Amino acid sequence: MDRSETRPHTPPMLNTLPRDGLVAVVKRDCPTCTLTAPVLAELAAQGGLVVYTQDDPGFPESVAERIDDTALDVSHRLGIEIVPTLIRFQDGQDVGRTYGWDRAAWERISGFQGIGAALPAFRPGCGAKNVEPGVLEKLKIRFGETGLTARHIELGDDEDAFEAMFERGWSDGLPVVPPTQERVLRMLNGTARDPAEVIGLCPPNLIPATVEKIAINAVMAGCKPEYLPVVLAAVEAVLDPAFAMHGVLATTMFVGPVVVVNGPVRRQIGMNAKGNALGQGNRANATIGRAVQLVIRNIGGGRPQEVDRATLGNPGKYTYCFAEDEEGSCWEPLSTDFGIPRGVSAVTVFAGFGLQGVVDQKSRTPESLTRSMAGSLRAIHNPRLYPACDAMLVVCPEHERTFRQAGWTKQRVLAELQALTAVPADPLLRGVDGIAEGLPPTMAGKTVHKFRPDGLMIVRAGGGAGMFSGIIGGWAMPGPTGSLPVSKEVRA
Amino acid sequence: MTILLDPTAESNPTSRERLARPDRLEGLTVALLDISKPRGDVFLDRLDERLSGMGIAVKRYMKPTVAKPAPLAIYQQIALEAHVVIEGLAD
Repeated sequence: MDRSETRPHTPPMLNTLPRDGLVAVVKRDCPTCTLTAPVLAELAAQGGLVVYTQDDPGFPESVAERIDDTALDVSHRLGIEIVPTLIRFQDGQDVGRTYGWDRAAWERISGFQGIGAALPAFRPGCGAKNVEPGVLEKLKIRFGETGLTARHIELGDDEDAFEAMFERGWSDGLPVVPPTQERVLRMLNGTARDPAEVIGLCPPNLIPATVEKIAINAVMAGCKPEYLPVVLAAVEAVLDPAFAMHGVLATTMFVGPVVVVNGPVRRQIGMNAKGNALGQGNRANATIGRAVQLVIRNIGGGRPQEVDRATLGNPGKYTYCFAEDEEGSCWEPLSTDFGIPRGVSAVTVFAGFGLQGVVDQKSRTPESLTRSMAGSLRAIHNPRLYPACDAMLVVCPEHERTFRQAGWTKQRVLAELQALTAVPADPLLRGVDGIAEGLPPTMAGKTVHKFRPDGLMIVRAGGGAGMFSGIIGGWAMPGPTGSLPVSKEVRA
Repeated sequence: MTILLDPTAESNPTSRERLARPDRLEGLTVALLDISKPRGDVFLDRLDERLSGMGIAVKRYMKPTVAKPAPLAIYQQIALEAHVVIEGLAD
């Protein structure tokens, strides 16, 4: 791989700044700048004014000494945010500045009274071109001010970026978005966190996962900058030792991180909690889950048939992320089960796999529906294996309606399901019915539980039509000695 | 020219050469590490029986859970107390 350092760039244009005198930065596209053109002419006539134009080098016509700053080098160096900006230089130092048109401030900075007498006293300015989205990132790159520390990989002119990324092993098998400096800087605008902040140690190689490296992978996954706080929270959750990401990766079982999003951020970034919530078609759902997987792959070094020993894996290992339909639910959000207050944006990660449908189009009472759901839950992994794993029950609106109408709380539903999935061991013993798989003989006469006491979760999601809930099964190593579901607050 | 930012750890995991295998086990201590996988004990018990029967010193160790990497203390204890380690890796 090639290495290249970002070289600070000092444009010759900066030599045009006066040691003593006035500088104005303007653009023709700004009505306040055009309004102040006569004032600039007045000041220029007094001598000692240099005008830099951001868009049209011919503007303002009334000033002879105007300098083309369409490259925005000087504007960037001067940190212009609003045009017009008027600056007083003294001994090469910026000793005072004002922006927009404010006669009193202009009089004070320029030292001339009575300027712009025909103008109103005040007019706000316009946003400067050098801080427009997309422009600022390019300027930071040109000036070597990105603050990014990731190694630069230069591709040849004839090299296809997408193919190059596949060849380097950065992809999950689908094309990834090239993580250019511009894209990564824009991604980092999605968070106030320091790019150097370490979110956790990423297995299997226990590499410190920095905000910058996660942002690079989020770019590749196709995330928008506003998704980044959710990605960071999800990564923080999977890297929490309680989640046991190393084991979740290394197991021969099917599991990978399932990410459930709660709180206002769901709607702010346009996540799907309704029809096809667990399916394709929503950018935020699709790319947040994918970013988590790319972080494990690229930062941690976790790859299939290497440390990832999955026998089959599951399609959710490309991406598995959805939002809960809190607005449509009569229950408290999933995140509140983990101590995060309602209304606070949060992610919950669960080591899960696949989706086992619960088809029940006949039950109209909660008693019937829980019995029906329990039957499906008892089948996870194998109907003869107890305890099996943790599981997430994704309840669809038409099923939730039955519980809602009967006034069943989530706690009630969970308690009923726990009771209905505790069964006598005897029919499940090894060898019964000619099936070798099953419970050991020592369990004879006992009652066995399919789930540990906290091992069932309920999430409400899905489209309005269809009596089809879903079960996301888990890893055979649930709980404190294996993987626990983990919730983290989404921080800006 | 396109410049991409490296999404990886920018480091290759250290690959360490294995110690040379001993020619014989006489006089050495063999660590048997049970990683808490089901039936790992059956395999290791049999090895224990065979090795002990040959007069070879055997010490037994166990990971608290198969789901997580071995605690550092177990690595260090094995390194201090044994010359060779055999672990029961799968079910």
